[in-house]
Amino acid sequence: MSEKQKKATAYWKENLKYLVILLSIWFIVSFGCGILFREELNEIRLGGFKLGFWFAQQGSIYVFVILIFVYVRLMNKLDKKYGFDE
Amino acid sequence: MSVQTWTWLLVGITFALYFGIAIWARAGSTKEFYVAGGGVSPWANGMATAADWMSAASFISMAGIISFAGYDGSVYLMGWTGGYVLLALLLAPYLRKFGKFTVPDFIGDRYYSNTARTVAVICALIVSFTYVAGQMRGVGIVFSQFLQVDINLGVIIGMTVVLTFALLGGMKGITYTQVAQYCVLIFAFMVPAFFISMQMTGNIIPQLGMGGSVEGGEFLLDKLDKLHTELGFNEYTSGTKSTWDVFAITLALMTGTAGLPHVIVRFFTVPKVKDARKSAGFALLLIAILYTTAPAIAVFSRTNLIETVSNKPYSEIPEWFKNWENTGLIAWADKNGDGKIQYVAGNSLDGKKPIYTEARGLNGERMISNASVAQNELYVDRDIMVLANPEIANLPNWVIALVAAGGLAAALSTAAGLLLVISTSISHDLIKKQLKPDISDKAELTAARIAIFVAILIAGYFGINPPGFVAAVVALAFGLAAASFFPAIILGIFDKRMNSQGAISGMVVGIVLMMFYMMKFKLDMFGGGTSEDWWFGTSPEGFGTIAMLVNIVISMVVSRLTPAPPQDVQDMVESIRIPSGAGEASDH
Repeated sequence: MSEKQKKATAYWKENLKYLVILLSIWFIVSFGCGILFREELNEIRLGGFKLGFWFAQQGSIYVFVILIFVYVRLMNKLDKKYGFDE
Repeated sequence: MSVQTWTWLLVGITFALYFGIAIWARAGSTKEFYVAGGGVSPWANGMATAADWMSAASFISMAGIISFAGYDGSVYLMGWTGGYVLLALLLAPYLRKFGKFTVPDFIGDRYYSNTARTVAVICALIVSFTYVAGQMRGVGIVFSQFLQVDINLGVIIGMTVVLTFALLGGMKGITYTQVAQYCVLIFAFMVPAFFISMQMTGNIIPQLGMGGSVEGGEFLLDKLDKLHTELGFNEYTSGTKSTWDVFAITLALMTGTAGLPHVIVRFFTVPKVKDARKSAGFALLLIAILYTTAPAIAVFSRTNLIETVSNKPYSEIPEWFKNWENTGLIAWADKNGDGKIQYVAGNSLDGKKPIYTEARGLNGERMISNASVAQNELYVDRDIMVLANPEIANLPNWVIALVAAGGLAAALSTAAGLLLVISTSISHDLIKKQLKPDISDKAELTAARIAIFVAILIAGYFGINPPGFVAAVVALAFGLAAASFFPAIILGIFDKRMNSQGAISGMVVGIVLMMFYMMKFKLDMFGGGTSEDWWFGTSPEGFGTIAMLVNIVISMVVSRLTPAPPQDVQDMVESIRIPSGAGEASDH
């Protein structure tokens, strides 16, 4: 394997690792907190909101936005580390 | 000034702005026409994507649907935003690196097969046409509601406007018009929301007001839950759909969003891979402003509506009620003859829409011939919640007019984006890539313009004569995209071993299965069926999730039983995984 290919493989592996972590959070806030466990979370209150309801109609959307910007930051750093930035 | 004058004024100004931009941003080459020359900044692309994405349905109908569905409405909120996370992380950067013009381009090249390309073109056309017909109808509705223009004339005016900026500027013209349209629509959506939130909860931010308390210190949501329970509705914050169905619909909408060709193609217009990622972030941020406000509007208007009409005598009802009754979006039948409006759970009508007779009732209400035996006396069309909200809350006339201009911006920007996908599918994916590969750039551009012209005529025809199935099918366009494109693209990037046999069989089985289920349960074909007969308790809206999983399984199995893709395709997959050297979107 050439030096370039090795670098590409390592880059891809780190990328996949980020994807697994970020998509887990994506799944937990929406399908987890907003749908599967909302009954349990609804016992907890956030001001006038029941927490499960809040995640389904507000919280998950905020987290989605944050996730993309975190991803942008992580990937920009990763690109630089492997010299793939331009 | 009257609402009417304000509306003409605001609609006139915004239309003049769109025309001005169209003339400024004329396209000279296919590259400008298809991907705006590939030089759009991430911010501008984010705004254009957001406008492209937020259709008449998002602007006019969504808050109303949530308002009536309560918790169940969350599927749209999460589904239509969560898809952007998938788009940003799994698709946009890689497709930008791939660097061609269209989604069928990627499918055709990645699976080294014109069959795959053709399947993708057909899927793109099915998805886009079902979607665009609804937009043209939306334009007609706004014109007829606010300006008392005939609905058909409204559709024709809308067609002319879209035609002008799409024909002149292609993607370039559309992109910069969409930037302007985003500003118009978000302003129009937020201003009434600020007013109403301030009025009801004393907090100007609707997202916070929704969780705030009303006069007397009670939390707004608790009050609404209580009102619902008293009137026999389900608790607003609980919902009625099964957990599995909510799960399935949300996932189908998310993956469908990430697979919609008119959204994906926007990420071909930015200069670099880095910009594609950033641009997806901006797009979602800008979309989230509307999507987190909509549920707040839903709660405000639901509470307002119940408090204004429930158990009130018809003679004391405010003017807006009678106006909307005259346009056919509200109907009241005094079933128990007490002159008061009983608004409780249950369908007030037999059938979906009120059928008015010419006569007026004892209280002056429009009589209907299809009142049901249920106790509920009131029919309210969902679309009213956004359109009539400013009137219900007694807001100034210019705010009411603003909503009309915003609704038009939302419908026109989405229609333009879809029409472009349709025309590119024909001029680029069919003519250039399959029928006549040696066509010149100039001739291809002409073909694209002719295609857009024809597509607008067809869309306009469906807008004027909406076939019964359009409304039922629009929501399912997502299921179709989820069942066809999404797996083919994802596997094309993340599974190097995926070959043409696997992808084609997956796409075909996925889309056929989805269409079968849709026709069976939505259009009553193949023996029809009720919700009792749904497979695994999945509604047609959520079935995209199952069709997508079937697609993935079939693709995986078939690809492992057939030869691996050729070396150059495997090398291509390697190269799209690395962001550097994206260059400009190109033909070769």
